[in-house]
Amino acid sequence: MSEELYKEMAQSIIDGDSEKSVELAKKSIELQMHPLDTITKGFVVGVNYIGDQFGKGEAFLPELVMAGEAMKAAVATLEPELLKLGEARETMGRVVLATVEGDIHEIGKTLVGTMLSASGFEVTDLGVDQPAEKIIGKALEINADIIGMSALLTTTMVRQREVIEELDKEGLRPRIKVMVGGAPITKEWAEKIKADGTSEDAVGAVQLAKKLVGKE
Amino acid sequence: MQPKLSLLNDELIKRILGEACQLMLKPGIKVQNAEARQLLAESGAQVDEETMIVRIPEQIVRKALETVPRQFHLYDYEGNPKVQYGGDAVQFDPGSSGVAILIPETLEHKTSETPDLIRVVKVAESLPQYDAQSTAIVCHDVPKDIHDLYRLYLVMLFSKKPIVTGAFTNKTVHYMMDMLAIFAGSREELRKKPRAVFDVCPSPPLIWSNFGAGNLIALARAGVPAEIVSMPLAGAAAPVTLIGAVTQHAAECLSGITIHQLAQPGSPIVWGGAPSTFDMRKGSTPFGSVETAMIDSSYAQVGKSLGLPTHAYLGVTESKLPDMQAGLESGMGALVGALSGINMISGAGMLDSLLCQSPEKLVIDAEGIAMAKRMVEGMKIHTETLATGFYEGVNFKGGDFLKQKITMQLFQKEQHMPSKVIDRDSMRGWKESGAMDTFTRAKIRVQEILASYRRPELDPAKVSQLHAFVLDLARQAGMEQLPVIEDFQPA
Repeated sequence: MSEELYKEMAQSIIDGDSEKSVELAKKSIELQMHPLDTITKGFVVGVNYIGDQFGKGEAFLPELVMAGEAMKAAVATLEPELLKLGEARETMGRVVLATVEGDIHEIGKTLVGTMLSASGFEVTDLGVDQPAEKIIGKALEINADIIGMSALLTTTMVRQREVIEELDKEGLRPRIKVMVGGAPITKEWAEKIKADGTSEDAVGAVQLAKKLVGKE
Repeated sequence: MQPKLSLLNDELIKRILGEACQLMLKPGIKVQNAEARQLLAESGAQVDEETMIVRIPEQIVRKALETVPRQFHLYDYEGNPKVQYGGDAVQFDPGSSGVAILIPETLEHKTSETPDLIRVVKVAESLPQYDAQSTAIVCHDVPKDIHDLYRLYLVMLFSKKPIVTGAFTNKTVHYMMDMLAIFAGSREELRKKPRAVFDVCPSPPLIWSNFGAGNLIALARAGVPAEIVSMPLAGAAAPVTLIGAVTQHAAECLSGITIHQLAQPGSPIVWGGAPSTFDMRKGSTPFGSVETAMIDSSYAQVGKSLGLPTHAYLGVTESKLPDMQAGLESGMGALVGALSGINMISGAGMLDSLLCQSPEKLVIDAEGIAMAKRMVEGMKIHTETLATGFYEGVNFKGGDFLKQKITMQLFQKEQHMPSKVIDRDSMRGWKESGAMDTFTRAKIRVQEILASYRRPELDPAKVSQLHAFVLDLARQAGMEQLPVIEDFQPA
């Protein structure tokens, strides 16, 4: 019975069908299935599959993003149950993502978020134009392992350095690792501002994040 | 909304056809085939038997044009219509007439043999961009007398697609039609559902050789489609002006169609060619030059004004290896041909003008062809509103549209998804996958295609009959056994 349901759950993620994934999440609650099982044996299987397919070039970005949305919706439905049980979902790690202050470009960052979620990270995406204190505040609030910062403009990329300096001042590193990204960001820049790494694309960002949390 | 390229206006087309008709009277057409001269004489043309020059009055040509089919199809092995000749359908096949094959490791242009043609056929069979096969290269491991029909034999063994082919003599054209008839079931079935079109070439300037005209007559009577491949060389075997070459092309095609329709009114025939400019430094024939593409596009427009099916040799390069020159010449040629609405565009895979086939280039060209075909599909309207309907729930965020169901539903209809031959990766991804150039990626793709290729299932009785037929002709030509073919044992 539950095996069937797990398969359906995985499929709803693969299909990127948020309505279906929420419906299945609710059904699992009615059936008093353990929410952690629902996530790991059901929905995550779908996310892993589509992530794999994307890596092989056999699935495409819209499918990946839709799967991410369906996953997010299902987990949001299950979250109150998890809280009731006092349990937290085991993840690869917690990540706060943001585009730095003064910059409103975010497609790349959003893709990184989707890919990280699809790879098992718990991602909190703050959106664009985020000042240092907000990014750090959120990281502390959720006990983040990684902060990921994006900047598209050469005029705003300097803000990445400000966040890192602030973290150092507060003595929050190396507890919190920092990933930087965006079109003008180079490895040299990342080293110069003492970030923990950078990648040119979302697939590389996932590899980097796994490395930073020691789960390569 | 199919985008169209037109280099000529109606007035110019009229002038071209007018002067082409004048050329058929003066200097006339040299027809080196007695039967063709007789057909022309009987219909009222003025024939000089000594010089073989025929003056063909316009009214005979007009009459021939009335009976030419505006449209016909080529069929696959199963008898499904797959290639449409006529209208603005745009289709591609590999270039034929090659005598060599590129060895990708050494860049040698090796004299081609049986396994080489089989490789080309396998690759073309596996790529949907190729609507038809062609008898792409001559196999030098069999006697010359069976060169043409042996190519067809191999294509028939390894493909189900329609075939663009051609005979090298007046005798073998009959053998080749017999071979096709074995698979079709009979000559009558072949006429009803032809799988192949036969290229027939006039000789520039304004000559129909004994062989060319003989093939026209044989094909017309059999009802098997003929494709005129007129080859004006602008500046050498045709006027140096592009428009002059187009006019000579028209005269050669019109006279060919006249002979063909006199032999059998209503038989299918194609207004095609392989023109070229003439390179004044090297004395070579640059099929990849932009002026060559302009001649092709223009003559196709002339043919279309007469309502005829069209063909051209485009997407070809003078380069000796699949490099940037090959890419830019082939890509531009394919695009010009596609935008000209040419029904069959031959030439893919060819290097060194039309001499050397390359499976690696064939897979690269397939990408250019896919792009050209996408362009031909034009701007599409999938939704009721053009854009306004997309904005519900949009939060002024960059990735908003990625989350829409309609994006997932439509992106593959809007965007052609290239194979791995085309690199669109990040620097990181490109380096991690081996930092390869196009040629290297193409080599890998060829290996993948060859590894996954399976020989089509064909009626074993028909295959045996075909094999026996070809073996008999090989023995007559002095070859006791046909070359051994990997993974094929004749019964």
